[in-house]
Amino acid sequence: MNFVPFFVILPLAAAFLIPLTGKKIKIAGEVASIAATLSLAVLSFLVAALTAAQKALICNIGKWIAPAGIPMIVDGFSIFFLVIINVIAFLVAIYSVDYVKRYTDTWKFFTLFLLMVAGMNGVVISGDIFNLYVCLEIAAIAGYSLVAFDVDAEALEASFKYAVMGAVGSSFMLLGIALLYSYASTLNMADMALSIAGKGASKILPFVSALFLAGFGLKAALVPFHAWLPDAHSKAPTPVSAMLSGLLIKVLGVYALSRIFFNIFGMTPQVSMILIGLAVISMVVASVLAFGQTDIKRLLAYSSISQIGYIALGLGVCTPLSIMGALFHLFNHSIFKSLLFLNAGAIEQSTGTRDLRKMPGIMAISPVTGYTNLIGTMSICGIPPLGGFWSKLIIIFACIQADRPILAFIAAAVSALTLGYYFKAATPILFGSKEYRGINNNIGKRIAITMALPMAALAVLSILSVLILLPDTGRSFLGDAVAVLVRGREWNSAISGAMR
Amino acid sequence: MICIYMLCLALFLVGLYCVVRKRNLIKIIIGIGIMEYAVNLFFILGGYIRRGRSPIFAADQVIKNMVDPLSQAVVSTAIVIGLAFTLLLVAIAIRIYEKSGTFDITKINRLKG
Repeated sequence: MNFVPFFVILPLAAAFLIPLTGKKIKIAGEVASIAATLSLAVLSFLVAALTAAQKALICNIGKWIAPAGIPMIVDGFSIFFLVIINVIAFLVAIYSVDYVKRYTDTWKFFTLFLLMVAGMNGVVISGDIFNLYVCLEIAAIAGYSLVAFDVDAEALEASFKYAVMGAVGSSFMLLGIALLYSYASTLNMADMALSIAGKGASKILPFVSALFLAGFGLKAALVPFHAWLPDAHSKAPTPVSAMLSGLLIKVLGVYALSRIFFNIFGMTPQVSMILIGLAVISMVVASVLAFGQTDIKRLLAYSSISQIGYIALGLGVCTPLSIMGALFHLFNHSIFKSLLFLNAGAIEQSTGTRDLRKMPGIMAISPVTGYTNLIGTMSICGIPPLGGFWSKLIIIFACIQADRPILAFIAAAVSALTLGYYFKAATPILFGSKEYRGINNNIGKRIAITMALPMAALAVLSILSVLILLPDTGRSFLGDAVAVLVRGREWNSAISGAMR
Repeated sequence: MICIYMLCLALFLVGLYCVVRKRNLIKIIIGIGIMEYAVNLFFILGGYIRRGRSPIFAADQVIKNMVDPLSQAVVSTAIVIGLAFTLLLVAIAIRIYEKSGTFDITKINRLKG
């Protein structure tokens, strides 16, 4: 029994069933999405165990052998993402149950939510570059419509902006894929890597690299391409913001970028230099812009851009240690950024505002939100025992080890900036001022247990995430992912052989 | 043959110009459509052979000079994605028009970016 296709089948089937039953049964969406994401999370752990034993699981869809068929491949790098996606999607689905009560047709929300999960899982397990593009579009289109789910003027504008910029990025990607296909005569990623390696240097590869950097850089929201992110992530419904910031930019941007540049093209010094440049600009510019924000969700969105900069920096420096730092930071960031966005939703629910200047102080109103927010903030700032500290430390050490002290200095300085703007935000969020208590009717409204549980779980995860560095439990999980990237193009000869 | 590739590039740039420069939401959507068509055309051209024949197998056929069927299959998928995407954009544009009474992006601009 091959479990690999179920990562796409399960959410797609659930997304298909919800509209059929949603009008009759009120809670169909909630039940189906929680059931689907729970089974996906369990399945991802199961497949993680299998992958650790076998190195790579390959499923040829419809028994078509590789060049004719589309393989689905789960290797160490894919399973790393699959576990993150499905665990966080499960927690966000639980959170959504209470959050979506404000909408009339909740089943539409859950249908789009599951389509987004299906698309992201598809991107991660796809072994064929065009299939990757299709899944990427599924996830992105579901994302555009979820951003507009509030249907007020601002949400619609944010969604339109996001969709137009996303479409331009997708056109660049498809153009790159077309050029690559006419050059390598195959769409299969492993074969493509072998074919490109066999042909040696060419003028077409730098051009395709530029197209992909623009396309996937736009999805990852690196700075010159970031303009859509603060709007889209702050105007989306809160569970969607958590999904977008915690997962979508990483899967569609960072995963696809690193899969293509490390495993197909092989990392060249030029690309690595550009990636480092984009990363440094993202880190610095976004942290400076974050200082001026008064909306919690906008501040978190700018902080996402800055943290994606750290991940890109780690990938760009391109030593085994820095890649490990980047992936570990990605793991941490998806946990604590989802947590902080879920917190922002809970804060809005119990205080009636997201404006930092009008915060009544969440600690007194809802201690669960307050303490989980404190843990998330501490982790993203890099306060020592928490995960965020170790991942930033590894990236900084890796920069020093790679003999790039300036980059290490910038990373450390941006970490101080991060501490600065989160400190500025955390004081009003946590303690606030008493004069705003009692203005709004919502104040003191208790948050539901379904909202508190995912936040508590994510807070515990962000405390425990450092365990992934321990040799026995997590090292193979993180180490396998790093190994796939470090081996680069060689990895594909193994995959290409195993496919047939 | 090089001429047609250049025209394809020109079409892509027309679409890009339209997306970047125009103020009307509908014109932006049309620009995206033009870009998609240019990329699709490029993909088809990549698999095209002059005086090639359709890739159909039969008992008495000699397999030679076939155009590439894969790029056509890929493009038909890309067209479907483009259709869904255009539909979504038009739906959003209609809702924006209902809210603000205009298609001009400079007048509906509320977010800071």
